[in-house]
Amino acid sequence: MLRLKDVTISYKERPAVKDLNLSLGQGKICSIVGESGSGKTTVIRAVLGLLGGGGKVTKGDILFEGKSLLLNTKEEWRKLRGTDISMIFQDSGAMINQTRIIGRQFVEYIRTHENMTKKDAWDRGIQMLERMRLPSGDNIMKSYPFQLSGGMRQRVGIAMAMTFQPKLLLADEPTSALDVTTQAQIVRQMMELRDAYKTSIIVVTHNLGVAAYMSDHIFVMKNGEIVDAGDREEILHHPQSEYTKSLLEAVPSLGGERYV
Amino acid sequence: MFDEKDMILDAKHVTRRFPASNNRTLVACSDVSLRMYKGKTLGLVGESGCGKSTFMRFLVSLDTPTEGEIFFHGKDITKMKGEKLRQNRQKIQMVFQDPSGSFNPKMKIRDIICEPLINFKRIKKSEKDAVAKRYLEMVDLPAEFADRYPHNMSGGQRQRIAIARAIVLEPEIVVMDEATCALDVSVQKTIIELVVKLQKEKNIAIGFIAHDLGLIQSFAHQIAVMYLGNIVEVLPAEGLDKNAVHPYTKALMGAIFDINMDFSKKIESIESEAPSPLDVPKGCPFQDRCEHCIDICRREPPVLRELGLGHEVSCHVFGKRGGKV
Repeated sequence: MLRLKDVTISYKERPAVKDLNLSLGQGKICSIVGESGSGKTTVIRAVLGLLGGGGKVTKGDILFEGKSLLLNTKEEWRKLRGTDISMIFQDSGAMINQTRIIGRQFVEYIRTHENMTKKDAWDRGIQMLERMRLPSGDNIMKSYPFQLSGGMRQRVGIAMAMTFQPKLLLADEPTSALDVTTQAQIVRQMMELRDAYKTSIIVVTHNLGVAAYMSDHIFVMKNGEIVDAGDREEILHHPQSEYTKSLLEAVPSLGGERYV
Repeated sequence: MFDEKDMILDAKHVTRRFPASNNRTLVACSDVSLRMYKGKTLGLVGESGCGKSTFMRFLVSLDTPTEGEIFFHGKDITKMKGEKLRQNRQKIQMVFQDPSGSFNPKMKIRDIICEPLINFKRIKKSEKDAVAKRYLEMVDLPAEFADRYPHNMSGGQRQRIAIARAIVLEPEIVVMDEATCALDVSVQKTIIELVVKLQKEKNIAIGFIAHDLGLIQSFAHQIAVMYLGNIVEVLPAEGLDKNAVHPYTKALMGAIFDINMDFSKKIESIESEAPSPLDVPKGCPFQDRCEHCIDICRREPPVLRELGLGHEVSCHVFGKRGGKV
């Protein structure tokens, strides 16, 4: 469904991502793992056509359902973003305007993409929030982002992203800012969404544990290149590169290595 | 478990209440008693808002508890004032969560590292170069970094500088407030290795705040689990996975994504979020999220009871010796 062919992305003249190949089928979850600065966020930003700071795809092609995304006009992008392809950010609270209540922004978002009355859009919003197991959706619609906890905000972000049942969901470090218990809940909910809507998901994370639990396919990136790719079994038990091995060793585990 | 004569810090029944709107009070720490020992690490674990940072801030005298005492070498630090308090700060230092936010961006690394020493007139200005170089080496950074500014460095390097600044006064206790959670996993590991190395060299007691049990059990000596301002379990870090009995500790353990876990198994974690600390339920604070909740949990708050050597649990169901496990 999504395919990246020999993609090179450069900021000004400096390549941030080199010759990247990645493909993703319907209803699959793949994760991109790597350190900060390895280019993993650049990849998913490119898929959404949101490269900032003079970034450009200089080589290769990005195909979404067989159609090149690089040739999209502004109008085509507007139709695609938020409906067929959505994104969740590390801190959804920062993505939402702090000075307006959640509901107004949710309604605005829905009405940008679909013709419906404010009342209907409001109800749709509540319905989505409740589907993310947020109790009393009406209260949340009336709250300001800073009144919610980090986990709740992240769920609001996911609820918004899932409103139009996108074919592709891009998640940029969706759980890194959360507590471990909340992280577990969010991960579980994202997997349930995949099962319910057959949405394909790309998760960018630096937590190999989360990546391994969620994904069908894992890509390990370093310095803009994929150094290891494969399913969970291959990456965890037969990693090809030294880098993957060192990453695996760095994950703390219960009953694992102790330094003292 | 630890030698009592090595005890350097003893917090007794520490409670902190914050006034909130509508005449309510927020109890951030409720009757917390913990001890720290020379050269040992105390890991404090819990979700955000459970009061773990509030407690650690008492140790560095950034805040004072409403009730209770904290004895450092037999002296109550909560009652210290003025010059005495200032001198005492040399002994207890802190490393913050966000390494970029805790430096003056216009100071060079050399000045950042040496500032505490100059403040306490321990060195002359002419010695700064040599001292900075020595401490940079200690945290495995090249000596040239002395001329850099904080923004020229990566997060991991900045955290090393923060550690260097904290140990430069040769403190007896270093408090680390989620010192690694803003870092990548691989960098996190090297920082932990550095902390353990320094602890062994200098025999520092470390108070480490985290929300990842997997991380904390890899290098702490004792672990205290906090929930809504209450300590629910204190136990030795070694054998944590076998010995932990409190349902909340178990829930935290279940939420860890481990690369050696059984992936076919559903990740077990508690649903729902912690209630607001403004309306802590009567009885056991964990009752609404606990699947073992029984009648008495709703009526009476449980107290910490000793279960084994260095192992205390506050639970009506699991807190009894030889009780249901």
